[in-house]
Amino acid sequence: MKEYLKNTWLGIYTVLVGMKITFKHLFTPAVTIQYPEVKLKLPERERNRLYVNIDDCIGCDQCSRACPVSCIDIETVKSIPGEDLGTTSNGKKKAFWVTNFTIDFAKCCYCQLCVFPCPTECIYMTDVFEFSTYERNDLVYQFSNLTKEEAEQKKINFANFQAEKEKQKAAAATAPKTENPSQPNTN
Amino acid sequence: MYQYFYELTGSVIISTLITAVFPLVNVLLVALLGVYLERKVSAWMQDRVGPNRAGPFGLFQTVADFIKMLQKEDATALDIDKKLYNIAPVLVFAGSFAVYAVIPFSSKLIGSEIEVGLFYALAVSSFVVAGILMAGWSSNNKYSLLGAMRSAAQIVSYEIPTALVVLAMVMFLGTLSLSKISEMQTAYFWNWNILGGAEFGLVKFLLIPFMVVGFVIIFISTLAEVNRTPFDIPEAESELVAGYFTEYCGMKWAMFMLSEYGNMFAVSAIVSILFFGGYQSPFGYLGNTLGIEWLIPYEQAFWFILKGWFFIFVQMWLRWTLPRLRVDQLMTVCWKYLIPYAFVNLIIIGIITLL
Repeated sequence: MKEYLKNTWLGIYTVLVGMKITFKHLFTPAVTIQYPEVKLKLPERERNRLYVNIDDCIGCDQCSRACPVSCIDIETVKSIPGEDLGTTSNGKKKAFWVTNFTIDFAKCCYCQLCVFPCPTECIYMTDVFEFSTYERNDLVYQFSNLTKEEAEQKKINFANFQAEKEKQKAAAATAPKTENPSQPNTN
Repeated sequence: MYQYFYELTGSVIISTLITAVFPLVNVLLVALLGVYLERKVSAWMQDRVGPNRAGPFGLFQTVADFIKMLQKEDATALDIDKKLYNIAPVLVFAGSFAVYAVIPFSSKLIGSEIEVGLFYALAVSSFVVAGILMAGWSSNNKYSLLGAMRSAAQIVSYEIPTALVVLAMVMFLGTLSLSKISEMQTAYFWNWNILGGAEFGLVKFLLIPFMVVGFVIIFISTLAEVNRTPFDIPEAESELVAGYFTEYCGMKWAMFMLSEYGNMFAVSAIVSILFFGGYQSPFGYLGNTLGIEWLIPYEQAFWFILKGWFFIFVQMWLRWTLPRLRVDQLMTVCWKYLIPYAFVNLIIIGIITLL
């Protein structure tokens, strides 16, 4: 009988204790962060979408080689004498036209390995992490600031320059042969 | 109610329509707002925000859900018992809706003023069991069948303590008519049955503790009758998918939900009529003090609906506080605890009433 009454009391009492706790929580402000409107501060060393400051890029291809998933695609064209590409912000002379610089973020694994080898610190992580798209091709980002025509032009320029050089070389190679055959070609 | 609206409008058609449509509108509103409140209360109790996208404060969330439900395909399994399967949700909803015929929303807003209102309400609400059993059996699904069997066992057992407390109240009040019970507890809150009824004297004070016990018993057992947590083993989500309505979808499923919330309000109404003065205001009426006679029925309806919602809130409060009972625990609570207490309570209230 004593056990029975004790059980009854315990049943009612524990329910009331539980109800008191939940009632308190009724007035506790919500801990929810309403994401699209309110955003949490990102952690200090967060890794998100890459950005390339193409003005500083010297086209050295080191980031592309560091990439473990080969998502960076760089195509460069040597500049011809007479063209001035200027310098990077830390004083390095630029020698290449970067005709193509694409990063495929569908492949990118956000390992940040490409950031460290860059001699001019022109490739770095931004704090943008929301860039989903409907088309997979939209995730291929083009960072080169040359238009397609300009890039074609640079290629043609270099090819012309190369051809001219070859021609000169050939001319130089054939000309002294008849005059001074004993000497080796030092070119 | 019909008479009241007939005098008000002077048209047979309009008054009949209002009389018929009012409880239905109430049930639909209870279901719509009840689901919304359920989500909000659970969210607040768990320190979350709850629905807040559709409409102001997410108020249209349930409306959106309802529209979605209307558009759903009526998919049915192959080996179901078609007839029973289709009747079951209607029967369940009819059972819970029929109770509203005798519930007095105010002294004027009462569908049918029959003398055996309380008896009728108890009888008709157990109609739901038949519907649930039909749903479980005809679905041809193990989960449904288990849920239906559990539900039948549970509802049938818990009707006993309910009936015993109702019996004690009937002995004390001497009537089965719900509107008369409400009238007896008129005007102020110290006349409510939970505080010993309207007659002032020794009996009133002796009765108070036993009335509280009676209220607790009937609240627990009606909670079990409407299959709410902690007594929701018939639809135990984590064990039986959705219990007896596992196989249902679209509007048929919505009928079960509708009847659940309709039932919640119905039992809240019965509890508030028996113990908390029904439609009576706790502080007297504004209509009386200002001398506006016609205001009183509306005030009464307001208080009644407020009390109903308060008990619905308590049911939700309990739901988000307590875990589900095991089947043996459920039966223990009913047969070993509630029924003996209800019996003792019945005898003591009987003796005190004789004094």
